[in-house]
Amino acid sequence: MKLIQSLALSLFMLLVFAPFAHAVDMHGFAQGNYSARITGDQPVRTGASNYLLSEERFQLEIEDRTKDGLAGFFIKSDFFRDGVANTNEVEVREANVSLTKGAFDLKVGRQIITWGTGDLLFINDVFPKDYNALYSGRPIEYLKAPVGGGKLGITTEAVSAEIVIIPAFEANRLPEPSRFYLFNPFPTATANITEKPGGKLSDTELAARLFRYFGSTDVSLYAYRGFSRMPAMMPDNLSNPATVNTFYPPINVYGFSVTGNVLDGVGNLEAGYEDSRSNRSGTNPLIENSRWKAMVGYKKELASEFTAGVQYYIEVPVNHDNYARNLPPGFPKAARYTSYATLRLTKTLWYQTLRLQFFGMYSIYDKDYLMNPEAYYKITDEVSLALGSNIFGGGKNYTNFGSLKKDTNMYTYLRYQF
Amino acid sequence: MAVNFSIPRAQGAESAEDVMKKSQRAFLYAGSDMKTRVTMRLIAKDGRERIREMTMLRKNTGEAGDQKYFIYFNQPADVRNMTFLAWKHPKKETDRWLFIPALNMVRKVAASDTRSSFVGSDFSYEDISGRDTDYDTHTLVKDEKAGDRDCYVVKSAPKDERGMDYTYKLSWIDRERWLPLKEEYYGRTGSIQKAFTADEVKNIGGYWTVTRRTMKNLENGHRTEVSYEKTEYNKNMEDSLFTERSLKNPSGKWIE
Repeated sequence: MKLIQSLALSLFMLLVFAPFAHAVDMHGFAQGNYSARITGDQPVRTGASNYLLSEERFQLEIEDRTKDGLAGFFIKSDFFRDGVANTNEVEVREANVSLTKGAFDLKVGRQIITWGTGDLLFINDVFPKDYNALYSGRPIEYLKAPVGGGKLGITTEAVSAEIVIIPAFEANRLPEPSRFYLFNPFPTATANITEKPGGKLSDTELAARLFRYFGSTDVSLYAYRGFSRMPAMMPDNLSNPATVNTFYPPINVYGFSVTGNVLDGVGNLEAGYEDSRSNRSGTNPLIENSRWKAMVGYKKELASEFTAGVQYYIEVPVNHDNYARNLPPGFPKAARYTSYATLRLTKTLWYQTLRLQFFGMYSIYDKDYLMNPEAYYKITDEVSLALGSNIFGGGKNYTNFGSLKKDTNMYTYLRYQF
Repeated sequence: MAVNFSIPRAQGAESAEDVMKKSQRAFLYAGSDMKTRVTMRLIAKDGRERIREMTMLRKNTGEAGDQKYFIYFNQPADVRNMTFLAWKHPKKETDRWLFIPALNMVRKVAASDTRSSFVGSDFSYEDISGRDTDYDTHTLVKDEKAGDRDCYVVKSAPKDERGMDYTYKLSWIDRERWLPLKEEYYGRTGSIQKAFTADEVKNIGGYWTVTRRTMKNLENGHRTEVSYEKTEYNKNMEDSLFTERSLKNPSGKWIE
């Protein structure tokens, strides 16, 4: 009903305002997006589906700008039918007002923010991601989830800055237990209480990026005070929990990144320190340890319209020994290091209307992996078709990709964009 | 005073290098800066057509031939609002950045192949922003008319053939306005692979400008027709137009 009402309201507003719509731009798309588990594993829950996605989506973008270009608004909203959950949904992806004055760019409202240099690996990009979308085969633009708040850009000759204030916390969107096979560390728990930060003024998240270009090399410094977007879980008792509390521990992140030309290609280096504010001693095994993170990447066009990119990433906890000593018996023990190697190959053909892509991520200590081959074809300027697969694997059922082994899927979408 | 022993040239005669250098200055460096609306029609042999529409800003930034390009994509819908920034350095690789609005993400593009197609058209990056004249050996072949214009015909052969998709190029350069009116790219078999024609030349603010041009692939029949509209020169563009800030917030003053 919500969807119908929203659509009706949108149409009404369009009809009312259309005569005045001097330069209000309207764009968007209609899309069918489907994804199915292909491992033959069928979840035993009632109403369980082998489809991870079965959705029809309509996106509407409306924007306007003052004639001098100094102020404007932008709204991007999705209306979709979720055939797996059997619901109609509305999601406001962006709704913001922007203002430029001299050295200042202000954007207030719901918006997507991306920082950092990694390809599907993040250190200083402290903004929410949607892994549910990524792993089930939605278009890549859905990897980033929006945040509400304000972003102020300040540009000077010497150094530029972006300052972000987020009043309401948004967690990462993780694969949903209603769709995916997931590892459950507390199988006996029947109740789950989720506590999100954001109730107090002091919970306001602050993020800042200082950056400067030296020639064509971008050097950025970052700082963030807020909360982990990955949940921690605290059971009421460890041996036979009935209730599990899900919460988002407070963290600070400090880091830097450098991107520039290296050996006929583009290289990037990024590092950071994540300060786990509620577990500095590392003795609480249910909350992430403070940790150092670093990654290095390189991409190069190897042949005409064929690009390869590689990355190496490592995380080193500060107090792994304390974590290991305090881990309750029976819990799977995380490896000391978390380390990934990735490869992306991209080839475009037929006047760049066909794009063949492979992405692979291998976790060196967990010995599990994700592979994502995809073919994307622009049938016309308006219509595009994608066909791809997310392949998960690994020896253990509690690691990131290993736990998704049964969820290896094939996906497709067909989109008409206007 | 130096004594010149070389045989005096006929008046107005130029070396092939000079012709190509002057041609590049007229074709790609006119004015201190330029703003134009570019429409590209990508037409397949069977007549199927795709459209690329963009606003292009170009500024000359150094005596050595450095230039900065800013491109805002107006069409098609899937690239609308994308922006592209290139800093061209002669003798060095061009720096390129792309802004993807749906992810609000600026990425430096790894693109070492200057012969790669620009936005899926028959024009390569090099065809758009120019190829350093020092990379080729130039020889004057003949004088010939292209249409009703007197032209020098210059043969340019890459000194280093690695990564090149043609073995040499013939250019018909207008003797008076210095614009290329016709180009033929020859492949290994000796036949013409690609052909460029300047289909319309206009004087805009004192600068002769190719306002309509075509690049045709003679091997597969695909062609790209480009038109420039609302072209203006010497707009006093500030350097800040060609930065990350501008990629993320294209200035409404320049972008329509």
